[in-house]
Amino acid sequence: MRLSARDLTLGYDQRPISEHLDLEIPDGRLTVIVGPNACGKSTLLRALARLLRPSAGQVVLDGEDIHAYPAKEVARRLGLLPQTSIAPDGITVADLVARGRHPHQKLLRQWSERDEAAVVNAMAATGVTDLSGRLVDTLSGGQRQRVWVAMVLAQETPIMLLDEPTTFLDIAHQIELLDLCLRLNREQRNTMVAVLHDLNQACRYADHIVAMKAGAVVAQGDPKAIVTAELIEDVFGLPCRIIDDPETNTPLVIPRSHHANRRNDVRQPLRR
Amino acid sequence: MNGVDFGHRVVVARGPGPLSVRFGARTALVCAGLGLTALAVAVLGLGTGEFEVPPGEVIGALAGQGSGATRLVVVEWRLPRVLLALLVGAALGLSGAVFQSLLRNPLGSPDVIGFNTGAYTGVLVTMLLVGRDYHQTAAGALAGGLLAAAVVYLLAYRHGVHGFRLIVVGIAISAILASVNQWFVIKVQLQLAVAAAIWGQGSLNTVTWEQVPPVAVAVALLTAGLLALGPRLSLLAMGEESAAALGVRTERTRLLYLVIGVALTAVATAAAGPISFVALAAPQLARLLTRTAGVALAPSAVMGALLLTTSDWLGQRLFAPTQLPVGVVTVSLGGLYFAWLLARPMRKAAP
Repeated sequence: MRLSARDLTLGYDQRPISEHLDLEIPDGRLTVIVGPNACGKSTLLRALARLLRPSAGQVVLDGEDIHAYPAKEVARRLGLLPQTSIAPDGITVADLVARGRHPHQKLLRQWSERDEAAVVNAMAATGVTDLSGRLVDTLSGGQRQRVWVAMVLAQETPIMLLDEPTTFLDIAHQIELLDLCLRLNREQRNTMVAVLHDLNQACRYADHIVAMKAGAVVAQGDPKAIVTAELIEDVFGLPCRIIDDPETNTPLVIPRSHHANRRNDVRQPLRR
Repeated sequence: MNGVDFGHRVVVARGPGPLSVRFGARTALVCAGLGLTALAVAVLGLGTGEFEVPPGEVIGALAGQGSGATRLVVVEWRLPRVLLALLVGAALGLSGAVFQSLLRNPLGSPDVIGFNTGAYTGVLVTMLLVGRDYHQTAAGALAGGLLAAAVVYLLAYRHGVHGFRLIVVGIAISAILASVNQWFVIKVQLQLAVAAAIWGQGSLNTVTWEQVPPVAVAVALLTAGLLALGPRLSLLAMGEESAAALGVRTERTRLLYLVIGVALTAVATAAAGPISFVALAAPQLARLLTRTAGVALAPSAVMGALLLTTSDWLGQRLFAPTQLPVGVVTVSLGGLYFAWLLARPMRKAAP
């Protein structure tokens, strides 16, 4: 287990969000963290990425406290796609992707052949090679998100964390991006952890799903084994039914209708 | 020689072993062009005045040839002023680039965090209580500016310092200090108020050789500090989390940049008084030419040097024999710059 959390207490301003949280991220698998808004999933991801120092407990990376490593060393082992990143005005795609090489570069080792190969491979894997010389400002949302993934990929880290990577994308681009993540995970065998909002996508793509509620991990495991109507109702407070996704045989969450018994009333036009 | 299409020409030089350097061809050309222009203006400045010296003889005098009188005028009298204009201009350009990048705002400049008004307060207090020779005023400006910057930084600090908060607090502190300055000028005796007002315009009129070495050493050290930090300024511009995820210790690095940026302004202000506009415009004008992503340090420094040398030469020549303080020239140019900024079509804001 390369990345794990031990007895973690997380919070901002003495206001605890998670207490005594334990979590192990399975190597080489795609782990998805789900949970209602403000349940602490992004906070957990920030702690796993060393962006947030825990008030107690520790995040363990390769057997040592993650805060014991130099910042650049962590960045060579673990990459992060944050929820919001700012593309500098007037930057081209290749320039942005090349910035992912920073952890491998030194003051006078600014562009090795390995840097170049990593950037070429990352752009090819994400399908942005043709956009290479374009300005990032001129790309569509889906293209731009692929460029950011390429930047994290160029970092060549065995572990990748993605914070809500699909948020600003339409459904087709969401699926495209998740397919890309799955393919990268399968081809390069790197460990991926993503925070996702869509439960059905989480069930479809995750090898390992982690359900969080009020800062605590409520359940984790293979989605087929752990996603039940009881769990979803407990975690999200949403009454639902679980059926088999006809495409992938993974759990598909169908919210119950409050109007199920009076469907005719709802569906009919209002009468005076 | 490059397998990646960066959308612009990129030069990679690989030396022995793991050494390698990468830079944009256009940026390098622009830096060279601006640098040569600045040197040409410098030679022009060394040659013009009440005692005219043709450019050829100026270069001769610099190389140690020519008549004693020519060497006296060019090397002893005019060279320190021109060198200081180059150094102070470069320092202002660099500090402007640092602040605009950190604050992610093309209007960011050291003035924003109250440095210049603080330096003015420092000078007024020093003139009133200590004395008014060059070193005393310089020390007063330094102390006042640094104190104001520190107060702004501490008041704006909340889980680290963020651009917008820093700007708002800076404006507030500047406004308070400006009224303190106003009150001082009204209350003190006329002679002192005039001396303070002359300092407050920013001028290189009285520069002598002994002022050059300390400024040169300080600017060199601070530039070395910026070089040692490598590309971290442009990584910080990508947002807190992205920079941290790429291995930048964001809070510490940003503080280092702020300290260097303030120190560069401090050196410039101590040497020549408050000179506005150069720090504000140099990075943006340089960027128009280099078309880099975000503002870049080296082109901003060369552009700053060019702007200040040219302004100082204009100040000397425009209404000769009346000498305008260089601060007055830069303020006038600043007005034109703002007009141009406003007249330019609004850029599309990137999400």
